[in-house]
Amino acid sequence: MVAVVRFPGTLDHDSAARAVQAAGGTATGAWHQDTELPAGTTAVVIPGGFSYGDHLRPGAIASRSPIMDAIRRHADAGGLVLGICNGFQVLCEAGLLPGVLRTNATTSFVCRQMTLEVIDHDTPFTQGLTDTLSIPIKNHDGAWFGDPTTARIVLGYGHENPLGSVASAAGVANQAGNVLGLMPHPEEAVDPLLGSVDGLGLFRALVRA
Amino acid sequence: MTRVVVTVMPREGVLDPQGQAVQGALGRLGFAGVTDVRLGRRIELELDGPDPLATAQQMCERLLANALIEDFSVALED
Repeated sequence: MVAVVRFPGTLDHDSAARAVQAAGGTATGAWHQDTELPAGTTAVVIPGGFSYGDHLRPGAIASRSPIMDAIRRHADAGGLVLGICNGFQVLCEAGLLPGVLRTNATTSFVCRQMTLEVIDHDTPFTQGLTDTLSIPIKNHDGAWFGDPTTARIVLGYGHENPLGSVASAAGVANQAGNVLGLMPHPEEAVDPLLGSVDGLGLFRALVRA
Repeated sequence: MTRVVVTVMPREGVLDPQGQAVQGALGRLGFAGVTDVRLGRRIELELDGPDPLATAQQMCERLLANALIEDFSVALED
């Protein structure tokens, strides 16, 4: 069962739960004040939105919530954690992923379909994925900033780099590969009606876990 | 009660797109000679208890600033 975490200001939890179902799994909710993940949790999604109104820094306040200690224990035990958009920001602020997400170089909200390059196929999330994925981005603070020589950059925007990320990074994993954060929204690419089903693979990985 | 002022600024060498946008706008308003603008944050804390400066320093390290991209300073306000 995949736990979908909610903070005050999370927006994309329903879409993420639907994506889990589209990938053949079952989703359940986890609340930011919970000190444990729901019984039977096998994988975790931190969905997008604007937790705590993006106050201070995106993801900063959410990253200090009680549920994050439970997510850290889950990750330390090898469990899969997928952070999408604000979820990526939360994981970086929590120190579960390297680097930080900064305001886009455009200083604007960017919403468009992107072709992502799968740079690293050796994580539980990206095993067996095609080399490119059509998945949309929609964010204001999505420029990853970190050390590309030590971080495990799993997904990239290629030569386009629409947000101004270091090394054109779109998604970054921890060294073990069981925690992945990405700014693009795979939950918005799980149905032909949405123009792409390329996001399903990441959710199938969660369901397999 | 002591008032501590925390100043958080983008680190030197880290791109500050907001500062650049403000710099561009000032130029369009006719202000010549603006060679750099950097945008930061001022946080005012009202603190009880001993050693408010050290406490504010810990708050910066644990939450108020992200050392990867930001520098901070703490000061007592008269």
